Amino acid sequence: MNNIDSYLFISSMLFCLGLFGVITRRNAIAVLMGVELILNAANINFVAFSKFNGMNLDGHIFGLLVIVLAAAEAAVALAIIINIYNNMNTINVDEAAELKR
Amino acid sequence: MIENPMISFPLLILFLPLLSFLILIFFGKRLPRQGDWVAVGSIVFTFLLAVYLFVQMLMNYNPDFSNSASISWIDLGAFKIDLGILVDNLTIVMLLIVTLVSSCTHIFSLEYMKGDIRYHRYYAYLGLFTFSMNGIVLADNLISMYMSWELVGVSSYLLIGHWFEKDSAANASKKAFLTNRVGDIGFFIGIMLLYSAVGAFAFSPIFESISTGESIAGATLTIAGLGIFMGAVGKSSQFPLHIWLPDAMEGPTPVSALMHAATMVAAGVYMCVRLFPIFTPGALTVIAYIGAITAILAAITAITQNDIKKVLAYSTVSQLGFMILAVGTGVYTAAFFHLLTHAMFKANLFYCSGSVIHSMHHALHEAHDHDTDPQDMRNMGGFKEKMPITYYSMLISTLAIAGVPLFSGFLSKDAILAGTLAFAQHHPEHFLLPLFGFSAAAITAFYMFRLIFMTFHGKPSMKSIFKDIHESPTAMTGPIVLLGTLSFFIFYTLPSNFNPIKDKGWFTDLIVPRNSSVPGSLTANEIAEYAHHAHYLAMGLSIAVASIGILLAVLMYQTKTLSAKNISARFGFLYDWSLNKFYFDENYNRFLYQPFMRLANTISWIDWEFYDKYFINGFGRLTKLFSNASGKFDYDGIDQGLVDGFGRFSGIAGKVLRNIQTGRLQNYLLFVVAGILVIIIAQAF
Repeated sequence: MNNIDSYLFISSMLFCLGLFGVITRRNAIAVLMGVELILNAANINFVAFSKFNGMNLDGHIFGLLVIVLAAAEAAVALAIIINIYNNMNTINVDEAAELKR
Repeated sequence: MIENPMISFPLLILFLPLLSFLILIFFGKRLPRQGDWVAVGSIVFTFLLAVYLFVQMLMNYNPDFSNSASISWIDLGAFKIDLGILVDNLTIVMLLIVTLVSSCTHIFSLEYMKGDIRYHRYYAYLGLFTFSMNGIVLADNLISMYMSWELVGVSSYLLIGHWFEKDSAANASKKAFLTNRVGDIGFFIGIMLLYSAVGAFAFSPIFESISTGESIAGATLTIAGLGIFMGAVGKSSQFPLHIWLPDAMEGPTPVSALMHAATMVAAGVYMCVRLFPIFTPGALTVIAYIGAITAILAAITAITQNDIKKVLAYSTVSQLGFMILAVGTGVYTAAFFHLLTHAMFKANLFYCSGSVIHSMHHALHEAHDHDTDPQDMRNMGGFKEKMPITYYSMLISTLAIAGVPLFSGFLSKDAILAGTLAFAQHHPEHFLLPLFGFSAAAITAFYMFRLIFMTFHGKPSMKSIFKDIHESPTAMTGPIVLLGTLSFFIFYTLPSNFNPIKDKGWFTDLIVPRNSSVPGSLTANEIAEYAHHAHYLAMGLSIAVASIGILLAVLMYQTKTLSAKNISARFGFLYDWSLNKFYFDENYNRFLYQPFMRLANTISWIDWEFYDKYFINGFGRLTKLFSNASGKFDYDGIDQGLVDGFGRFSGIAGKVLRNIQTGRLQNYLLFVVAGILVIIIAQAF
């Protein structure tokens, strides 16, 4: 565990999983979960670069900020999803294709 | 300048007739008596002005008198034309001739043209003519002379064609105008040759430049001189352009007297006299031969004519030939002298013939005879008792033209023949010139007395009308008496000489020949000296030939001792030629007009059938074809293919591209990721 590669590998795996989830999931909640995964992949990157490239605590602080941001984003996103559900009676993102019209 | 009467009076003389022309042409019809008093008044006034100038000239008695004034007309720096007038003794005498004969014509016409349908226009045109003739006389440069020259041609055209309802009159006016054009082209070429060499149009710089011999000399000057002389050939009706003058007799008789006898046809002679210094000896020789040939041909033609005016017309041509001959042999003041005397007696002869014709016309009218020609001498005879004033006046003028001593024509004709004889004495190879000259003089005497005998003597040939023949009214006999009187020698030899066979007088004192400008020519003194030596021989000969001519006429037409018929039969072809005017018109028609018409027809055929049909129309068809193709290309190619194709392409592209706009966020995200991947991969390489 003294090598940056393993950190980056894990973070990229996490990013890809999150992206996959965002792209493939129909459920808006699942999409939101994918977004959380992507954010956490970014957090791992911050922390890893902070540890191996002499960024001191900057990376950790960015990581903490991202976690706060993710919480806020989740709150906003869940509010949007509830509104969509109220309006369209579904949380399936494919059916919410209002942009096409 | 304008205060000087020697300038302002000539200007008045020049412009008063123009004013009368303008008044009559615009308001003539509405004026009382159709405005003839305007024309007569203005012309008589100009005559009085001319008399004043003439008296001034006699009082000065200065042969070198000369006055000129000019204004700048066109000034383009290098190219300048000044219009000016030149007043010297020559001008004054010529002005007097023009205004005198013009006044007589105006007065004569009051009676002769009475009741004419275009009375006011007739007087208007007379005014225009007098203006233009005075313009020629007063010109001090070639350009204003040329302009007046053309104006004279126009007024001649208008007056010959005064009775244009008659085909013959309309054709004669056209013929006169076009024949004159031929000569005028040469005149213009001559002017341009002189201008390009000398760089001036005014006479005096041209003379000076020629006398230095540097600007223009030799063959060029000869050609320029002959070009200018061509103008005189046309206007003064010289061989070979003499054909128009006899036809011009279709105009009213007073017009014939004024223009086609006394003044307009003399314009060519006047111009030659004025421009004498520019003629080279070569040019003068040509001029002399043209004059001599004209004199003899026209005289021979006049013998057999039966129309009283045609006889006088050919006689005029012949006398003009004499004048031109005199210019050619160098005695150009003699030419001008003959111009002066000839103007008086020839105008008078025409008035007399007009008086006879007028009377014939009335008599025929009384007899309700509209087929007989009132101008044919074969219908006359014995008018002597009926028209005594006309008869005696005409007889005096006839004696003058025949060259009988005591009369004016003798002096001037004698001066010409002496000059010609002297010329031949010093250039024996030109012996034909005096031969033609003396023969023409003899024939002149013959045909003029033939005219007198046929018209006034013998028995009346038409008894039916003879009782109605009577003397003409005063307006017509007045000019006849005046001009008849002026045919006596005494008016030309005053104040010092009362010898009827000597030409010394005011004329020879005041109009003295000048030296030619052309280097190497004989001086005026030498020419005068030679002519003086030949004088008595010439005088004897001219009296002899005149007597022979008159005697023959008496024998043939008065006593009938000789039968005219037998003699004409004996001469055969010569008689035939004379009667048919040497077939000039026929030959011109056959060898000039007809080939020209054929050429014109051919060209028009080529133009119409070939050029127009194939070239011009072909061009049109080709253009049409081309524009069709171009239109097709434009519509099908550009419009349909390119412009509409652009639209269609955009439509199709839009249709294709709208498929990727699914509206699904996840699809868009996928595109974003794919795009980023592409960028990253591209960066990697």
